[in-house]
Amino acid sequence: MTAKTTILNLPEEEFVHPGSRACAGCGLGIAYRIGLKALGKNTILVVPPSCLTVLQGLYPIATTKMACINVTFASTASVASGVLAALRAMGRKGITVACWAGDGGTSDIGIQALSGAAERLEDFIYICYDNEGYMNTGTQRSGTTPFGAITTNTPILGKQQPKKDVPAILAAHGIPYVATSSAGYPLDLYDKIRKAKTIRGTKYIHILTPCPSGWGFQPKDTAKIGRLAVETGLFDLYEIEDGKFRLTGRSRSMVKKRELVPVKEYFMLQSRFQSISDDYIERFQKEINDRWKRYYNEFSQVS
Amino acid sequence: MQIIESGNVAAALGVKLARAQVIAAFPITPQTPLTEKLSELIESGEMKAEYIPVESEHSALSVCIGAATAGARTFTATSANGLLYMHEQLHWAAGARLPIVMCVVNRGVGAPWNVWNDHQDSISQRDTGWIQIYVNDHQQIIDTVIKAFCIAEKVNIPVMVCYDGYILSHTYMPFYLPDQELVDCFLPPHKSVYALDPEDPRNINTVTLPEARVNVHGVLAHGYMELRYLLQEDLRKSIHTIAEVEERYSEVFNREGGAYLEEYRCRDASYIAVSMGSLSFQLRVAVDALREKGIRIGVAGVRLYRPFPDKAISNALSHANGIIVFEKGMSYGYMGPLASDIKSALYGNVNGNRKLPFVHNYILGLGGRNIRTRDLIDALRNSCKEGESTHMSDTLKWSGLKI
Repeated sequence: MTAKTTILNLPEEEFVHPGSRACAGCGLGIAYRIGLKALGKNTILVVPPSCLTVLQGLYPIATTKMACINVTFASTASVASGVLAALRAMGRKGITVACWAGDGGTSDIGIQALSGAAERLEDFIYICYDNEGYMNTGTQRSGTTPFGAITTNTPILGKQQPKKDVPAILAAHGIPYVATSSAGYPLDLYDKIRKAKTIRGTKYIHILTPCPSGWGFQPKDTAKIGRLAVETGLFDLYEIEDGKFRLTGRSRSMVKKRELVPVKEYFMLQSRFQSISDDYIERFQKEINDRWKRYYNEFSQVS
Repeated sequence: MQIIESGNVAAALGVKLARAQVIAAFPITPQTPLTEKLSELIESGEMKAEYIPVESEHSALSVCIGAATAGARTFTATSANGLLYMHEQLHWAAGARLPIVMCVVNRGVGAPWNVWNDHQDSISQRDTGWIQIYVNDHQQIIDTVIKAFCIAEKVNIPVMVCYDGYILSHTYMPFYLPDQELVDCFLPPHKSVYALDPEDPRNINTVTLPEARVNVHGVLAHGYMELRYLLQEDLRKSIHTIAEVEERYSEVFNREGGAYLEEYRCRDASYIAVSMGSLSFQLRVAVDALREKGIRIGVAGVRLYRPFPDKAISNALSHANGIIVFEKGMSYGYMGPLASDIKSALYGNVNGNRKLPFVHNYILGLGGRNIRTRDLIDALRNSCKEGESTHMSDTLKWSGLKI
């Protein structure tokens, strides 16, 4: 993608209307509003149960003006495959089919159908918004909840296992496009979705969407947390296009400038990490430093 | 044209004649040859359709749900645990009022593993809001598949066509292949009430509240309960639609068949044996043998199980002295579900002093246990004798049990 979208040339047409049922400061709310602008009107959305189901409103009133089919938790990618098959069978061309699911619906209960669809190289964009837990049901741990995070079913010690790397799992399917994004950088998300629309086959975009109520921070800080996750090197922005990995956006400029914010700053701002010890924070920091050392070696020379 | 083929191929040819547009399936015995045949027909170009080889039965029905919501004519097939794995999506397909057609090639369910025929798989899905039709032979398989699309699309309710694993799926029998032109005339291209369309954006199957709520124009929309009521109402109304479709089919293709049940030597019968699927044809042999011994007995094969055609069934059975229901499925903890439904239907026919027939219930053939005609004859003879003296209904008997 050569020309980056800025706030000046972002389309004005809104598909998410005011009065949604999202919580104040919802990271998904930011990503969804910008994401639908990128997908555009000629889209069919497939949505499993998640915070998005709540955000979209209750029958017969919807927050969004988009053709959308709500589906069961485990069936998102298969229903999207069916929509695509019908469009092909009926000769209806030029419609983008996009799944928009949460991290539980993607990394846990939905992964079988998603893996099957990715293996069949179904021509859809699958967008996972990752608020790192089952927030809609009251903040339970999911496969993508990070180590140490307190949730309502890891209430004292915090989760004792690391975060599942879903983009890597999808990349292992050999699909043509995998990307990560953060609600802290909505225009980066916009450009990645626009790019995904030009690619045939399965496209997977993983967005980190901070959740004030589930993570324990002030609603005003959503964008800040979303950016800090990237700037501490915890959540990297990248694309894997036809198997080729490259850092993008803020992560890319961080390699050039070698400016990694200490991860402790990210943890300190969220009450979900209150059980995490300094030892663990050090371990996290070391993991990040090691990974970023590799990035410096690999990507410093690339313009 | 008459051909000799397996039951599974008969089903596949029915799907081809019906011009299904999207087919999704996952292999499971004894259904597999059906969808293998469809993949072959599609890959060779003989049939124009999308074939989606999914990673599970849950996904097979999910693909059909997506495709049907987008307006396509869809088909899938499964057996046993595959059907159970679809359970959530069965409810979803009916609740979303999608005219999907599915063949269930009946097989016993685990545990323990078993691949042979009984009816537990589809019977245990009877409350999902699907129409369930049971067939007896290869001709009925191909004809019913074609009729099923017609019914489903008229009433916007999904239809299961159930036939016995191995006994029908893997045996070869002659049957007439309906003429494509006639099928096209009988079953025009599918036009759905609403197909997903970005030009007419709607948010489908979103959270619906306990109470009905007004939309942005101030018009009262249905609540969850109204939508569920309509499903029930439309299922009940579909009993007539199914008979109309049957009648039209027999006009076009000149083949008679009972939409609800098929009666054999029932008119003057004092006793009537009842069952579903191919067993009702085997019971005809037992009935013939008993008739020779002077017992006035007939057999009624139930074709339509859901919606339950209670009036037709009670009219057909209530004149008898006794009814003997043979079932390859159970409502565990009670009795055979068909016997239970028949008793309930007969109760609706109570009038004045008229004595209701006794109802005996035999469970047999579970997990493919061999059903000997000799055992059927013995069971029928015993029930006639016992019922005559005690007229008791509350007995559950197992036939062919070795314990």
